[in-house]
Amino acid sequence: METESIIEVKNLTKTFNDFAAVDDISFDVKKGEIFGLLGPNGAGKSTTLRVLSTLARPSKGTATIGGYDIVKNDTDVRKLIGIVSEKMIMYNRLTATENLRFFGNLFDIPKDLLTKRIDELLELVQLTKWKNAQVGTFSTGMRQRINVIRALLNMPQVLFLDEPTLGLDPQSSVEIKEFIKKINRENKTSIIITTHMMVDADLLCDRIGIMDHGKIVALDTSTNLKKLISGADTTIMELEIGNLSADIIEGIRSCGCVDAVSQENSMHLRVIVHGDEAFDSVIDTVRAKNGKINSIENLQPTLEDVFLHLTGHQVRDSADQKIPIAAGHRHSGEPQRRIR
Amino acid sequence: MGAKSLLLHSIRIAQKDLTELFRNRLGLVLLVLMPIFMMAMVGFIYPSNGSTVSNLPVALVNEDVGYHNSTIASQTFTIVLKQINKKTGMMVLSNASNVGDIKNMIQRGDIEGGIVIPSNFSASILTGQQGTLIIVTDQSNPQISATIQEVLTAVFNQMGTMLAQQNVQLLNPAVNANNSLAIVKPYNVQTEGVVPGTSSYFNFIAPGIMAMTVMMSVMTGLPVAISQEREIGTMDGMMVSPINRLSIILGKTLGQTARGLLQGVIILALSIGLFGVIIQGSILLVFGLLLLGVFSFVGLGIVITSFAKDQGTAQMLMMTLMFPMMFLSGVFFPIQQMPWYMQDISKVLPLTYASQALRKVMVLGAGIPAISNELIILIVFGAVMIAIAVPVFRRMMTT
Repeated sequence: METESIIEVKNLTKTFNDFAAVDDISFDVKKGEIFGLLGPNGAGKSTTLRVLSTLARPSKGTATIGGYDIVKNDTDVRKLIGIVSEKMIMYNRLTATENLRFFGNLFDIPKDLLTKRIDELLELVQLTKWKNAQVGTFSTGMRQRINVIRALLNMPQVLFLDEPTLGLDPQSSVEIKEFIKKINRENKTSIIITTHMMVDADLLCDRIGIMDHGKIVALDTSTNLKKLISGADTTIMELEIGNLSADIIEGIRSCGCVDAVSQENSMHLRVIVHGDEAFDSVIDTVRAKNGKINSIENLQPTLEDVFLHLTGHQVRDSADQKIPIAAGHRHSGEPQRRIR
Repeated sequence: MGAKSLLLHSIRIAQKDLTELFRNRLGLVLLVLMPIFMMAMVGFIYPSNGSTVSNLPVALVNEDVGYHNSTIASQTFTIVLKQINKKTGMMVLSNASNVGDIKNMIQRGDIEGGIVIPSNFSASILTGQQGTLIIVTDQSNPQISATIQEVLTAVFNQMGTMLAQQNVQLLNPAVNANNSLAIVKPYNVQTEGVVPGTSSYFNFIAPGIMAMTVMMSVMTGLPVAISQEREIGTMDGMMVSPINRLSIILGKTLGQTARGLLQGVIILALSIGLFGVIIQGSILLVFGLLLLGVFSFVGLGIVITSFAKDQGTAQMLMMTLMFPMMFLSGVFFPIQQMPWYMQDISKVLPLTYASQALRKVMVLGAGIPAISNELIILIVFGAVMIAIAVPVFRRMMTT
């Protein structure tokens, strides 16, 4: 990986009325890197992306892409970037080719070159067969594939992806992720991706910025972020308690050694603890509340644990919010996990 | 780059919008049906000036008791009335026994009005006094009663003139028929229009509806088209491309203008083919005026776009503005019929001038000099609105 930065963000703030959606964030994205912004809904990831992609103006602070200021040189910035937003940027009544041609023309790509590129891109995502079909007739997976190649028409140096796997079935989701990696590898495209899917971030991103309430609370590689927990004296334990109750959870949370507790389902708790006596202390607490411990496991930390560790504990308590954090290892159908 | 690429991108956006429009079959059908409905409804509901009423059910009561056993005056009157009616077919005459009977018949809805010859009719006429005739009208239907009153008064006047002529000739046999008419009615009134032929309500309404449809398509179509793209997210696709922001609004305007002109052409074709409207002036001038109308409304459309963040709001806002404009701009009713304060409002609406100018060209065959006032007002209004709209739009695009 090159060390040169393609994106430099300095003290970027975006406020709506009095609410700071993005609150004084600074970070760099290196050339050829896949950079992830991870956080729950409403953390300010999408707003950050909209500001960086010139769709919204920053309230304070600056950012440059390829050396161009996103406000002063917005037209130059636009030539360098491609964006895949949460909403489809496709006209349903136009065919695949017509859509791509329309958006390609906005970049003044010469006709022959554009035709060639459209054919290549359609081939790349296996949509050649449907090139003359109206996009309205496409399946969700097909739509997302064409939506992604639309952003590649101008061969961008930077690709912004806002929740690219949202609402996709597992297979399409895997395909899109593979495709993102391929673009990054072959075209040396720098990619910024927002997601609330911890596993996606873990799999895709070279570096991850964890966002919460408009701030970047941690920024590093996935491995280093996890060291925030396991590197110190922090441990993750999973408890299976036969007669799990609110009283028991409350008891565990009040232990001095416990950083965060999250309930996985009716019997399982995930507890982030620190200190040498943490295990004993938790077990004693559960016993004191007449809890029956079926099993205890010492787990490898996931990004979710990092997130919990960094934000969940205090922040959510005061807000008393239910935050759906989708975790990769959680199977669909399981009850919604809540951070307590 | 610059102006050329601005224009090129605008045209591509307009092309894209039109492709979408033509792919939407139902929308396209409605686009054609809407003006047909509007023309047909408004045109057929309102009576044309040229056509005369016919077959109005009217009852006649003769209460004349006569003078020295002679009811010659009322008998003559009845005979002449029936003769005239036979020729024109205006009324279906029936007999009633008295005034009360007529009022009952009107209440039941059997007749639209009544004629009463009072008991002293013959007596008055034969003693050299005026004979009074009473017209009974249906107050629940002011328009019909006004028509009956008008028609009957005209008939009675005509009959009175004939009688007077006879009397003059009786008094002085030396006077011939022409002279006797000149003595009784010294003034002869003739009506002549600017262009040959009679006028119909369609002639009045067609230019107005054309102007309205074309301008509304810009004023309302623009905010709806833009807020729709914002809602589905495609606007972002244009916004992240390095095109000039103005080409987005210009392209949308071009697209909506083309749509509006298409509707305008449909209305024009319908007016000529289906409703017998004759275009007296230059067709080119008609289209020029429609384009100028569009120009005068673009700014307003952009301002609305900037305020309406979603489609729902855009629709509501446009309805709120459209209705007063429709009725106050003299599209359906002449402005002169309105009270003065309403007339004052209509004087600040650009649609008033556009439909007025269009009417002058289409119905009266006017040229550019005759409509120069309207042209100036439309140009100034459009320029001022655009001057307001461009900064507002720029601000909206950069939030």
